[in-house]
Amino acid sequence: MIRFDTVTKVYDNNSRPALDAVSLEVDRGEFVFLVGASGSGKSTFIRLVLKEDRVSRGAVYVAGQNVANIPSWRVPKLRRGIGVVFQDFRLLPNKTVFANVAFAMQVIGKSRAVIRETVPDVLQTVGLEGKNNRMPHELSGGEQQRVAIARAIVNRPGILLADEPTGNLDPTTSMGIMKVLDRINSNGTTVVMATHDDDIVNTMRKRVVELRNGSVVRDDAQGIYIGETEVSAQ
Amino acid sequence: MRFAFVLGELGSGLRRNLAMVISIVLVTFISLTFVGAAGLLQLQINQMKGYWYDRVQVAVFLCVDNSTSPSCAAGPVSDEQRDDIQAILESDSFSEYVSTVEYESQEEALGHFQDQFANSPIVDSVTADQLPESFRVNLVDPEKYEVINEAFSSTPGVDVVSDQRELLERLFTYMNVASAIALTIAGVMLLCAVLLVATTIRLSAFSRRRETGIMRLVGASKAVIQLPFVLEGVIAAVVGGLLATGTLWAVAHFALNGVLAEMYPETAFISSTEVLLLAPLLILLGGVLAGVSSLLTLRRYLRV
Repeated sequence: MIRFDTVTKVYDNNSRPALDAVSLEVDRGEFVFLVGASGSGKSTFIRLVLKEDRVSRGAVYVAGQNVANIPSWRVPKLRRGIGVVFQDFRLLPNKTVFANVAFAMQVIGKSRAVIRETVPDVLQTVGLEGKNNRMPHELSGGEQQRVAIARAIVNRPGILLADEPTGNLDPTTSMGIMKVLDRINSNGTTVVMATHDDDIVNTMRKRVVELRNGSVVRDDAQGIYIGETEVSAQ
Repeated sequence: MRFAFVLGELGSGLRRNLAMVISIVLVTFISLTFVGAAGLLQLQINQMKGYWYDRVQVAVFLCVDNSTSPSCAAGPVSDEQRDDIQAILESDSFSEYVSTVEYESQEEALGHFQDQFANSPIVDSVTADQLPESFRVNLVDPEKYEVINEAFSSTPGVDVVSDQRELLERLFTYMNVASAIALTIAGVMLLCAVLLVATTIRLSAFSRRRETGIMRLVGASKAVIQLPFVLEGVIAAVVGGLLATGTLWAVAHFALNGVLAEMYPETAFISSTEVLLLAPLLILLGGVLAGVSSLLTLRRYLRV
């Protein structure tokens, strides 16, 4: 589903590459943790999958297609196949929960009938039934992140990228979010989650890819992560 | 749905940026009014040219008793001289320039004079022998006045050759200067309008960067993201164009056709319907300028 073929990304020539000859394959339906300290290249990985940045060397394949060969007018189509969730939720503060999720469908031209039918289903999937008309500021952080997840998956993308989705949440709330992501993954969506939260990684027992200074240093099928101690050891 | 969505975004953009949008409307309104005024002046010049050039004549005035030009040294024109001049005017060598020649006797000249100055006391003191007899020459091409002038101005018996067109030309020069000034002002104002549109769209894009960021992430097409912004500028400019059209129409209708046409009944003024011919051009100009300006701005300030 996602394949990195010796990908190097250099943001500016004077500093070390953000990704250094990374080769990695994520299969359809997999759940992968991308772990590492900040600055290890996790966010760059996500940006390259979305074609927000261009690779310096190597190639990124998404759903079998080299993203470098996708013309700019086709990039929206690539992004429709990928849902994204961020640490800071990025909800529209002046829209209700329902409208925030519906927004993602409106802008790609879905009909009102389809939106009315789909949004409540998705809100139920993320555990927000009955909160359609709440405004984002009336919700807890965990609930806001659920709205963001609902928005990311409402167009049924094949891939869900989550960039530190639990970074602003307490451990209990984080576990709730992980359950949602796990449920989405078991419905067939490939999930790649960048995180440095070792508790979550160790509880989930999924594939773990560890990045350090732009290189893959570990790729365990049911791995664990002892990030905090490593950071303090450095 | 996508259409309705774009309209909704457009509406919220217009509301958020109301002051800037109004300023775009006003600036395009003023600048397009000047563009339109210049256009109307040109139309008026053409109209008058068409009307007068068919009527203006070159008059070859013949000598009378009190003529002072050297070619009249021998006194009033003799019958022989008059016949010669007429013969040359009607000869084959002039037929390519001259379409018709009419002779106007002193009595006819007095008649025309009396018609023209019917309300003036001067009429009573003028007699036929004070007025010169003349040949009224209609030219095939009114611009070729010099040919007649050169051929006859020093012919014995000819006092002076005068081209009525000269008077008109002077008037047209003034009108051309006026329309050039209007165009210059319009150019400066249009530049202001373009810059204002660019600034407004930039602000608008900045104030909605959260929405556009999300639209980008969920795969909205470039058109859906950019269209509301472009339309914002274009609609404001088109409203300005409509206001300019209305103003020009009012000027043509009430000032030209109402007041001036009554004061100068023999002058052909353009009608207010001609403003309506100009209107689509004005509106198009405003719309295109605003559209191009906002597209260029978006390319710099809105990542898609």
